[in-house]
Amino acid sequence: MNGRSDELGPRTGNRLALRIAIFGGVALALFVVLFFRLWLLQVVGGEEYLAEAKNNRTREFRVSAPRGEILDRTGRILVANRTSLALQVNPDKLPEDPRERRAELARLAELTHTTLPKLRRTIREELKVAAGAPVTLRRDVGSYLVFYLEENQDRFPGVSVQRVFVRRYPHGTLAAHILGNVGEVSEEQLEEPTLRGLEPGDEIGQDGVEDTYDGFLRGTPGIERLQVDAFGQPTRNGQLVSQPPVPGDNLRLSIDSGVQEAGEAAMASFGLRGAFVTMDVHTGEILALGSYPTYEPSVFTRPMTQSQVDELYRDPVLAPLTDRAIAGLYPTGSTFKPITAIAALESGNLTTGEVIYDPGQLVVGGQVFTNAGEAANGSVSLVRALEVSSDVFFYTLGLRMWDTGDLQHWAHALGIGRPTGIDLPAGAVEGLVPSQKWRNDLYREGETERPWSAGDNVQLATGQGDLQTNPLQMAVAYAALANGGTVVTPHVGLQVDDAAGRVLREFDPGPRRQVRMDAGYREAILEGLHDAAQGGAGTSVDVFGDFPIPVAGKTGTAQRPPYEDQSWYGVLAPYPDPRIVTFVTMEEGGFGAEAAAPAARTILEAYFAGRLSEESKTGGEG
Amino acid sequence: MYATRARRARPEPFALRPGIAERLGLPYMDATLGISAVGLVAFSVFVLGQATQHDVPGSPGYFVDRQTIYAILGLVGMYVLARIDYSRFRELRVGIYTFLCASVTAVFFFGFAARGSRRAFDLPFFSFQPSELGKLLLVLALAGFVIDGARRGSARQRTVRYLCLGLAPAALVFLQPDLGTSLVYGAITLAVMYVGGVPWTHFAVIGAALVALVALVLAIAPAIGTPILKGYQQERLTSFLDPSDAGYQQNQAKIAIGSGETSGRGDRATQTRLDFVPERHTDFIFAVIGERYGFMGAALVLSLYALLIWRALRIVTLSKNSYGTLVAGGIAAMLLFQVFVNVGMNLGIMPITGIPLPLLSYGGSSILATLLAVGVLQSIHVQARLSQKGRFAW
Repeated sequence: MNGRSDELGPRTGNRLALRIAIFGGVALALFVVLFFRLWLLQVVGGEEYLAEAKNNRTREFRVSAPRGEILDRTGRILVANRTSLALQVNPDKLPEDPRERRAELARLAELTHTTLPKLRRTIREELKVAAGAPVTLRRDVGSYLVFYLEENQDRFPGVSVQRVFVRRYPHGTLAAHILGNVGEVSEEQLEEPTLRGLEPGDEIGQDGVEDTYDGFLRGTPGIERLQVDAFGQPTRNGQLVSQPPVPGDNLRLSIDSGVQEAGEAAMASFGLRGAFVTMDVHTGEILALGSYPTYEPSVFTRPMTQSQVDELYRDPVLAPLTDRAIAGLYPTGSTFKPITAIAALESGNLTTGEVIYDPGQLVVGGQVFTNAGEAANGSVSLVRALEVSSDVFFYTLGLRMWDTGDLQHWAHALGIGRPTGIDLPAGAVEGLVPSQKWRNDLYREGETERPWSAGDNVQLATGQGDLQTNPLQMAVAYAALANGGTVVTPHVGLQVDDAAGRVLREFDPGPRRQVRMDAGYREAILEGLHDAAQGGAGTSVDVFGDFPIPVAGKTGTAQRPPYEDQSWYGVLAPYPDPRIVTFVTMEEGGFGAEAAAPAARTILEAYFAGRLSEESKTGGEG
Repeated sequence: MYATRARRARPEPFALRPGIAERLGLPYMDATLGISAVGLVAFSVFVLGQATQHDVPGSPGYFVDRQTIYAILGLVGMYVLARIDYSRFRELRVGIYTFLCASVTAVFFFGFAARGSRRAFDLPFFSFQPSELGKLLLVLALAGFVIDGARRGSARQRTVRYLCLGLAPAALVFLQPDLGTSLVYGAITLAVMYVGGVPWTHFAVIGAALVALVALVLAIAPAIGTPILKGYQQERLTSFLDPSDAGYQQNQAKIAIGSGETSGRGDRATQTRLDFVPERHTDFIFAVIGERYGFMGAALVLSLYALLIWRALRIVTLSKNSYGTLVAGGIAAMLLFQVFVNVGMNLGIMPITGIPLPLLSYGGSSILATLLAVGVLQSIHVQARLSQKGRFAW
């Protein structure tokens, strides 16, 4: 120990050794602690920590499934999909600094052609529904925007572009009201038990068959488990497990797009608000159904402009989203007469041979009811009365049944004033067949100034007054008359096919009910309707007189003050054994033969197109 | 003396080229100390190479290259210091101390701010953190002051003087603010005083004062509304006490180390590869080792540190003079304190104080300063050996 005592003094030697020994002891103790702790973490608790680490690094992402396609009865595509790029922002990853955050949102607003307050509102509202989920700012962004964002990624933290499926409508407005649209599931919808398992941002059918058959069309989203880093960003080559999305199944409709096109074209050529429906009288399959004015269903696939919103939602008169064929409520005019006829016949208030004198008017309780055009038809039987559309004849029947309830009973039995059961969400309307009880109840409650009177029933007998129904209900009633009493369930869904074209499920809702009906009565009524369309003095003979296929059709002219008269036409074809029924109505279209009947003829021409071209050939030869 | 005779009895290992090893001074150095230090540095470069490839986009070798350069510089410096008689630093104590205080003060004026604290100078090719080198400078200067003042004043006066000398630079560093480094300064000061023979009673008083200070800083001051520590510092210091707390960094580091199990996860490591563990190349590099190489790798690293500190303590006892004893004791304490606090922090048993792991953490100033400190230890060893040989001079 030479050279040491000189500096620190003589007392230090032994003490230093002790101090160094203690120092060493402390160091040893500290290392023992570290080794022990290390062993505890890695060897003893390793498995647990490993599980935690694995859990740490994976995130599940949902991969949206493409919805099934919607086809017409011949397999023609009505709705398909296209992929689109959606701009999303993850609010959690926006800059924390409020100024930076504001600047980024301002840049985003500029890119998406909106304003900063609007953008913030969108984000706020989306976050209310689903906190923490990315917010879709804009669908269908152009690829130039994607490139721009990729190049400027550092200026847009939290912004991403996602590939999504968007509905594509290759035929524009065709069958818009039947198809409906898809949209993001709403907060309330998420709580419905049938929609369990959906997440905010998922799309579901919101109207039309997209809604009714959503369960088949929607498919199952896939799940991708990705390895992520601490910021939740997927790492390169980090895909771990992937459960591919199951595309939705294809829906085949009973719609015949040729007939549908013809109907829509006919409506558009008149330019009047109205609707049409063509249905198989035996099965209830709808071949065509439309409402005018219509709309482009594709407007729902991208954000709407204010003018589009105004056009679709804010116009109470045109109301293009309303499907007038199934949700309209109108009086029908004379197209109601066959229902009056069957009611009177079946209730014993009329025989097929009975002749009633028609002087041109009928006075009921001091009120004068006149024929349209004040024509006097003289003595008419049922067939003739239908052919010339004698109002007095049916006024008389209405008077006979004014307090028996037979007319109401039969109208109701045939489906007037009650839901048809069609597989479209908008078709749940009831309508109204005015009855003694209905008006008297209202009268008792002071909501009308007079009780039920014979005049009410006289009006109903010719489809005027308080009657509220629509083309579909009328088509169902006519179909029942034509098929001998089967009240069909109208439907547009035909079957569900998988991607390979195999039929997974067929829809046959079966009849609503059977109505017992005398075959002779049915024949007499159809004969009257045939004469009305193609007989000598028929009301629509100008339209259908030269139609090569025998039909049975009835005009209607509903009075809807203060509007112009509403034009109606109902036709069964071919006569005498009808397969289809077509109903057309046009608001403010005037006399039935002026607007609705020509449109119905256009539809029948399309339906019988094959047969017509054959017959014109053979006719040319003969 | 036995060792010396044994060495003479055996043929010299460099006998074929007599004189070269002798001229390089290698026989007089502590081989175990050198090997453990070089081993740790090599391991640092190896780990950084594997774990930080994707950290800087476009330059996979960003951290490795820099660390390698600093390591080489440090090893050269270590060798140079080993060849110098450390005793000269005792004479330079005032200059060293002045330089230390000036350099840690200068960062307030010329330093660049990183994450809210000014610690380093931005030099053309690298940044330099004077407080890292300051650890070694403090040891060298303080040991000199202790020797110098051993006979002046009463024991109490001396204790107060040493404390003031040590705590002045510690306070400057604390103000940068760099809590971790200032704690290392404190540990060095206490260790030099301890080895220098400050009475036990004084340590008892200092200990009591420390307890009171900690209570004041962590509990009393915040309670009366005049917090001394910044919020994040306080949170870091106390979060390890409550394992269920949101001590995110520490928790992730613990998961990382635990998930390494016995043999490690290698490239399948996720905690430290995917950014769950923050500062993985600096303060939390031990977590990287734990996850990648498991208990075997982490225990190897700890063993190398144990070896290093054992050799340092051995050099304390070998030193030819008291200055060497104090310097070696200060360096040993500096290494021990940093290793224990840093590894303890990674293992979740010490608070997060921002102390790097010597020789392993990425950081030029730290690795340079630590290697220079090892060089000083070597120098003490060499001088002891030479004096034992009969004061042969080179």
